[in-house]
Amino acid sequence: MSLETNQKPQTEEEKKKSEMLLFLSSSEEKEHFLSKANRKILKDPLDDNNPITVQVLGICSALAITVQLKPAIVMSLAVVFVMAFSNVIISLLRNSIPSRIRIIVQLVVVASMVILVDQILKAYAFDVSKQLSIFIGLIITNCIIMGRLEAFALGNGVYKSFLDGIGNAAGYGLILIIVAFFRELFGSGKLLGYEVLGHKGVTMAESTGLYALGYEDNGFFLLSPMALIVVGVLIWIQRARNRKLIEEN
Amino acid sequence: MDLVNLFVKSIFIENMIFAYFLGMCSYLAVSKTVKTAVGLGAAVIFVLLITVPVNYLLDNYLLQSGALSWLGPGFADVDLSFLSFIMFIAVIASMVQLVEMIVEKYAPALYGSLGIFLPLIAVNCAILGGSLFMQQKDFSGIEGAAVYGLGSGIGWFLAILAIAAIREKIAYSNVPAPLKGLGITFIITGLMAIGFMSFMGIKL
Repeated sequence: MSLETNQKPQTEEEKKKSEMLLFLSSSEEKEHFLSKANRKILKDPLDDNNPITVQVLGICSALAITVQLKPAIVMSLAVVFVMAFSNVIISLLRNSIPSRIRIIVQLVVVASMVILVDQILKAYAFDVSKQLSIFIGLIITNCIIMGRLEAFALGNGVYKSFLDGIGNAAGYGLILIIVAFFRELFGSGKLLGYEVLGHKGVTMAESTGLYALGYEDNGFFLLSPMALIVVGVLIWIQRARNRKLIEEN
Repeated sequence: MDLVNLFVKSIFIENMIFAYFLGMCSYLAVSKTVKTAVGLGAAVIFVLLITVPVNYLLDNYLLQSGALSWLGPGFADVDLSFLSFIMFIAVIASMVQLVEMIVEKYAPALYGSLGIFLPLIAVNCAILGGSLFMQQKDFSGIEGAAVYGLGSGIGWFLAILAIAAIREKIAYSNVPAPLKGLGITFIITGLMAIGFMSFMGIKL
């Protein structure tokens, strides 16, 4: 891993970080691939700095495609791919992008990545691609990607940006999968299409599992407003556990 | 009459926020006070009204399969639709830049109130979403696309105005500490979306 000397620090904290990097590179001591700092970049977005529940980025798609688990998983993988590679590309270009047109450059890089994902999905997973409809295209304007490009990739080296991309996309995917898990389980009694709560027949006698005991699916979970409420409750739980995240107002 | 139906439908029944959750990031981030919410909402209406028809023309005369046939019979089976994401986002980004410059030149007062929000709009999913839905809906003429753009913009404006007003009031309520701020905003938006679902039964 090569350490760049031409950093563009944005905040005090990042300045310190880049000074540290300079120090490390001058002492000719290579940073380990999974050193403590790198692991922090990878792990932080999963909880303390989660893109959805803390940074409030990328909510749109998180809510619309979580009715079932399968599209949520596909979407998370697509975002991991787009995010990691657009972070790498922007990080490689970071010293040659004029700052006035950086938004357009970022959009073009992200859009080309998304086109790749879209074409691959259309070729190999057509039904999921139909289900996700316009939301694959909307990865382009997913604020997580733009936000991380602006905040991280423009000021950090390639490997760190790659880790940051993977970490943030994983944090996003984690929330997506949790929400989709509850919505599919309670809404239709299935997980990934398998009837985990038993089979619901037309009459009680034909049903098995929980349905034989008179359990009913909560159709409300299939409606989009429930996604908002599930995310709201997730935020509640997370902040009750991790009290330093509580907002003033 | 169709256009009036489309207009009402795109505001209430297919509301960008409450039915599709598009543009949630800026919706949550800029809805702390009514004043800024109005500024951003107006900018969104403006940009949607311009970009949706422009992208409609682009889609129909450049991107769809067979759209290039006006160039000559040899182009009749060219299909460039895989380029639509990149074309749409380029149009949106450049339109936003253009609108910003025009507003700055001819309406400095408006620029003062919209100014900082205009760059934000390039990455608002509601804008790109408007163009992508327009592509799916396959309008028969440009006026349909324009009305759809205007309607979705107004729907987005209404939504952000409503949540900003509620958030201004809720600052005085006794919300459980971990739920304060983001959490309660999510839950209120969910409840509002349930309210908006009552429009779904209306057949236009």
